[in-house]
Amino acid sequence: MTTNKSSNIAKAPRKLSLKENYALMTRDLGWQPSYQSVDKIFPHDHFEGIKIHNWEGWEDPFRLTMDAYWKYQGEKERKLYAIIDAFQQNNGQFNVTDARYINTLKLFLTGVSPLEYAAHRGFAIAGRAFRGVGPRVACQMQAIDELRHVQTQIHTISHYNKFFNGLHDFKHMHDRVWYLSVPKSYFDDAMSAGPFEFITAISFSFEYVLTNLLFMPFMSGAAFNGDMATVTFGFSAQSDESRHMTLGLEVVKFILEQDPDNVPIVQKWLDKWFWRGYRLLTLVAMMMDYMLPKRVMSWAEAWEIYFEQNGGSLFRDLERYGIRMPKYHEVATKEKNRLSHEAWATFYNYTAATDFHTWVPSSQEMNWLSEKYPETFDRYYRPRFEFWRERQQQGKRFYNPTLPMLCQTCQIPMIFTEPDDPTKICYRETEYRGEKFHFCSDGCKDIFCDEPEKYVQAWLPVHQIYQGNCFLPDADPTAPGFNPLAEVLRYYNLNVGHDNGDYADSPDRRNWEQWTGRPGAPVEEEEVGKAA
Amino acid sequence: MQVDIKTTSVTQLRHTFSNVARRLGGDRPASRYQEATFDLQPEVNFHYRPLWDPRHELYDKNRTRIVMRDWYAFTDPRQYYYGTYTIARSRQQETMEKNTAFVETRGLLRTLPAEAHASLTERLLPLRHVEWAANMNNCQITALGWGTAITQATMYHTMDRLGIAQYLSRIGLLLDGNSGDSLAGAKRVWMEEADWQELRRYVENSLVIEDWFELFVAQNFVLDGLLYPLAYQHFDARFGAEYGPTLSMLTNFMSSWFDETRRWVDATLKVAAAESEHNAALLGEWVARWTQAAVEALKPLAPRILGGDGAAILETLVAELRVRSEKIGVRA
Repeated sequence: MTTNKSSNIAKAPRKLSLKENYALMTRDLGWQPSYQSVDKIFPHDHFEGIKIHNWEGWEDPFRLTMDAYWKYQGEKERKLYAIIDAFQQNNGQFNVTDARYINTLKLFLTGVSPLEYAAHRGFAIAGRAFRGVGPRVACQMQAIDELRHVQTQIHTISHYNKFFNGLHDFKHMHDRVWYLSVPKSYFDDAMSAGPFEFITAISFSFEYVLTNLLFMPFMSGAAFNGDMATVTFGFSAQSDESRHMTLGLEVVKFILEQDPDNVPIVQKWLDKWFWRGYRLLTLVAMMMDYMLPKRVMSWAEAWEIYFEQNGGSLFRDLERYGIRMPKYHEVATKEKNRLSHEAWATFYNYTAATDFHTWVPSSQEMNWLSEKYPETFDRYYRPRFEFWRERQQQGKRFYNPTLPMLCQTCQIPMIFTEPDDPTKICYRETEYRGEKFHFCSDGCKDIFCDEPEKYVQAWLPVHQIYQGNCFLPDADPTAPGFNPLAEVLRYYNLNVGHDNGDYADSPDRRNWEQWTGRPGAPVEEEEVGKAA
Repeated sequence: MQVDIKTTSVTQLRHTFSNVARRLGGDRPASRYQEATFDLQPEVNFHYRPLWDPRHELYDKNRTRIVMRDWYAFTDPRQYYYGTYTIARSRQQETMEKNTAFVETRGLLRTLPAEAHASLTERLLPLRHVEWAANMNNCQITALGWGTAITQATMYHTMDRLGIAQYLSRIGLLLDGNSGDSLAGAKRVWMEEADWQELRRYVENSLVIEDWFELFVAQNFVLDGLLYPLAYQHFDARFGAEYGPTLSMLTNFMSSWFDETRRWVDATLKVAAAESEHNAALLGEWVARWTQAAVEALKPLAPRILGGDGAAILETLVAELRVRSEKIGVRA
């Protein structure tokens, strides 16, 4: 060895703090370019008007180097896939409460998993856009994490797809099916904005403020209903999620601390993305109250805990930056006792055109709803469900064959009621360039009015159907007996009679009962009485 | 497939997702790679044009001049999805961790003579900045590319480049006993030394390439194709001959990584070139243009890194790259 010849008598290596180590390993990698201008290399991080004076002010909360990342994540993946393998070998899909539960997975795989993919791409965009090294690396880490999430979700649910309908073409449907334009447009909106708005929208408003209302219901719902595969990926993703949530808070504080001019811009985004996110969660609300055979808690309870209490204290903390509660949060609170009921009733109407089944809640379930919603359920919603049940028993299950008017912003049908009157549908409208646009709420109208040139571009499924853009190339609207609805379902690649319609007479239910010998839905007391 | 549960027989309804079945030509069992890759990126019915690029849709095939009938022809020969990727890297990482600990506890780098320190600081460590740009470039491709087959692989490549930049930083810290002096020295070399400036120019120019497929060529095929063998093969061997195998233990990841990833880089260009004359010609044009630029960039640097025969070695490497290029149907 050359050691003895060395003239450079080495001192013992200095101990580095985690912070110093990370700074040396990562942040010092950047440089001031001289052959191209900085603005040309980073063309997208100033048009939004956010002023950053010192990118070094970004404190990376995790200081995760790649070798540590590979080590932890590789270990997590080994464990996760071992459990998925075991789940498949043991036919774990038959351990869930009943086959109605699978419909939450359909909603998840078609509505949520593609958003994980969108997040992956969105964070890749942000991970290139910021001229500061710290936020860029943090975004890249999240970009690859999100890819993990979509892929592990596909691999977990892949097994359910082999035994149940409605899951088989999730990405194709995400791009086409009417109600899936709600989650899709939400993410398209964030990704088509600038990088600061994207990260405020997704990392803060969604991951930090609202994620507990998305992830918790699906994952606890899975646990309550015996879906161990989904619980496992939920747990496995949790440590990623906590990193992402921390990023969300860090990023907003960083932006706010950099310049007072940033405050009104951020406040506007917080208002917008609170409302966008809340409207998106309508789907989760109905899932919690209607789709889980064993319920975790009601939507109203979840809203109270995760938004009114937790969100409230978060925004109190942000007051020192000049930030207030998001606009219309009080409307969301007024709506909490109606949201899920209004949504489920709508999907019950239009289930001929959905990739999951709907059903009238059982008597016990209606009692649960009465108990959780003492002020609203018996008064406004129970009579409607009982009426539908009666019709169904007479062999006249109600399917709504018309198409609903959609809100131009959130793209949900105009089903919501006036903040102070649950019996009156809320309609708002405005004019832009001589055309009329319609909204479900003041929140959605305000968002439109701030950027009308953006929201007029929305790909509204109902408009698109009427314009003839949702047919396959071989469809001929001039042919005799042309059935537009059937043609739209063909465009969706919806397997009619299997993927859609009421759960009661679905192949999913029949198969479940045949394969497991267990009831596919709660046995009604009156039926038990009759049988006896 | 028949699965028996107790006494009831269960008939599986389908083997895979419909989009995968369409690609396999029927409902057949599919691999995890296929289910996690095919058609994952949204393709139609976008809502809003990006504020940062209103000329294009959010995802848009026209962000490159390469034209493909099917962008999922670019399957990854390594079949990497996130799980297989991280598990593979975590294994490599374990080896590196052991190697680093071995070098660190014995002070194998720190106790090398001053000339060796200078050599690493001036010849190898500035490459961490090249890796940093390679990280950004692959992130750009991931952000703007079309089709998950390519963009997931470039996502892994993005993080790999960050990892390699950090492995290089670690060599610096092993060298300077964690003072960071060697990294500061290397950065000075990168910013100021004349022999490095043409490479820095190439790298900064790559950061503003608009066509993401061209960027793929300029970074992953041309520059890496010349610089990796130059640094991790020739310089490594030269340094090893003088100072023993310590450095090779610390660059082990880089050499095996290059061998692994070039299979994917080559497969990607091969598929694009085989698609059409148009693509093949375009790729040929890009490879020629960027090879010429890279040769300009490396001409002063190769002798600086490799000494007297640096120029000759560079010529060999360029010839090798040409062979590699022709083998995959790209005539530059």
